[in-house]
Amino acid sequence: MDAAAPLLEVEDLEVEFRTRQGTARVLDGVALSLQPGRTLGIVGESGCGKSMTALSIMRLVPVPPGRIGAGAVRLKGEDLLQASEKRMREVRGKDISMIFQEPMTSLNPVYSIGDQIAETVRLHEGLSRRDSLDRAIEMLKAVHIPAAERRVREFPHQMSGGMRQRVMIAMALACRPSVLIADEPTTALDVTVQAQVFDLLKELQEKTGTAIILISHDMGAIAEMADRVMVMYAGRIVEEAATDEILESPKHPYTRGLIACVPHMEEEPPPERGALTEIPGVVPALTDLGSGCSFAPRCDHATDLCRSRAPGPFAVGADHRAACWLYDEAGAA
Amino acid sequence: MTGAETQGGGADYLLDVRDLKVHFRLPRRNVLTPGGTVHAVDGISYRVRRGSTFGIVGESGSGKTTAALAAMRLVPVTGGSIRLDGVEMTVLGGDALREMRRKIQIVFQDPYSSLNPRMRAGAIVREPMDLMDVGDPAERDLRVAELFDRVGLRPEQAALFPHQFSGGQRQRIGVARALATQPELIVCDEPVSALDVAIQAQILNLLRELQEGFGLTYLFISHDLGVVQYICDDIAVMYLGEIVEQSDRVSLFTLPLHPYTWALISAVPSARRRTGGQDGRVRLQGDPPNPIDPPPGCRFAPRCPFAVDRCHREKPALREVRAGHLVSCHLVGDDCVPPHAAVAGAC
Repeated sequence: MDAAAPLLEVEDLEVEFRTRQGTARVLDGVALSLQPGRTLGIVGESGCGKSMTALSIMRLVPVPPGRIGAGAVRLKGEDLLQASEKRMREVRGKDISMIFQEPMTSLNPVYSIGDQIAETVRLHEGLSRRDSLDRAIEMLKAVHIPAAERRVREFPHQMSGGMRQRVMIAMALACRPSVLIADEPTTALDVTVQAQVFDLLKELQEKTGTAIILISHDMGAIAEMADRVMVMYAGRIVEEAATDEILESPKHPYTRGLIACVPHMEEEPPPERGALTEIPGVVPALTDLGSGCSFAPRCDHATDLCRSRAPGPFAVGADHRAACWLYDEAGAA
Repeated sequence: MTGAETQGGGADYLLDVRDLKVHFRLPRRNVLTPGGTVHAVDGISYRVRRGSTFGIVGESGSGKTTAALAAMRLVPVTGGSIRLDGVEMTVLGGDALREMRRKIQIVFQDPYSSLNPRMRAGAIVREPMDLMDVGDPAERDLRVAELFDRVGLRPEQAALFPHQFSGGQRQRIGVARALATQPELIVCDEPVSALDVAIQAQILNLLRELQEGFGLTYLFISHDLGVVQYICDDIAVMYLGEIVEQSDRVSLFTLPLHPYTWALISAVPSARRRTGGQDGRVRLQGDPPNPIDPPPGCRFAPRCPFAVDRCHREKPALREVRAGHLVSCHLVGDDCVPPHAAVAGAC
């Protein structure tokens, strides 16, 4: 049971974007809580609000056109949505840091990787040039980059994709943040390298107690890393539970679809293959979400109720919630 | 079991590639250092049965895409032979090559950059027929409408531009374009990697449906073992320009013999087989080495946890150890016990 005071708590977050097509509600009532040393996975298709949740926590949502309408983001009790911009600059990179999908575009090509890691430490901890470079070398060793003393002077283009992602991790963890947000950290990498990066993240988490928010579209990656999973659809959390629970008994039709539509690698593949389960259609445009469940147009179980009213989250098991009318009241089906 | 029928029978195989080599010369960096040679594909042989799906898997840089492009003669072939339907492709040129290319089409990975943003969807699908002079203009229009219907788009959408479609729909346009000239072989180069998970299933189902409907043969390139296991009948695993293991899908996944195949399989995170991380899994250290100066012995030896002296010195040959199951590894005995058997705990 996660009874202790959470490290990071997001309450009822609402984010809107003004666009020419109308107002898009990109996050609608998103809430989460994260304990030190734990990993929360966020899954969903593109456009479901996974990355927007991360950006809102870091307060990196561009305003305008964006607007954080309501809610709170509490880091150790402090509401970051009310904090000054100056305070946010202290928080970013020091208390909460982030690694991105594409390590090539998120590193600066004209600075050596040592300079880029050292910059974070210099800014946040006021270390001297020499000391911060030592810290950079120490971090490169921590992420298992061989010959760290030499490589610290190299530039991003001299490294492979896996190496660059290690550098990103070194940079993100250089100030020992309490929360690390990893936004699709391995999507651009080969599976063998992905496995290395996951091992590294787990190892560092064990050492430092950093809490991780892992954003991914890959249920497999989430299963490997996360303790708890949140499934998002069209800006809302549609299901939430411990990882084992969600994988063993997914409740929301969207979660079920997400798990079923991926061809799973079996250790002993059956000789005959049926058609894959599809989730028909595509993610709706966020500008014209009706009043009903936003998944209803793609859902096999949709009823008139689904199309007219959005379901609230219902308890469907121990610490397991799903926002679906199928589970209203006693929770049949 | 399966692979043993008609060994060497010509008609059964649509594509027959033997000892294919694709080398790229690198420009010299300065007058003193000689330019290297990238051994992108270094002597691979495979055959694709008509109406089946042949998969090539490997990490980035393994040469899988180059191997497929070479089969279409889209990269210069350094050596070896490629026979499509019995015709030697490597010596063809001009009109003869163009005529053969009608029989091979390709579906690309990125549905965003592989469609011309200034052309309407209908014109994109029609273009290969215009170029190859298939039918008369009226027939082509009719065929475009038919193809749109076949890949799950509405014929009136032919008037739209690519940006008006979603990623999955764009890939459907890419598939329709590949089908336009009624090819026999379609090269699918990571056709679903750029798509959202929920959309991948739609495209994979479409590809299988079309294969059944038209009797198509696919050469399927992917790094996603789940997808490969689902869609491919036979699979070759490539590492640094060479095939290290080749087999039918059941045998390859049930009994992976090459340590590299095993490492690839065990690196895939799975939502079903939830492992705590350690049991019976290896982690490959480092990245694949550079194909410019491949190591002299087994190319996988520097990353192989089981490598012995011989592996570093002597290059293993690809040999058949079970019916239809080929592997190139010194450590796989004739009894078919792979070196990782002890670690994996299963055999």
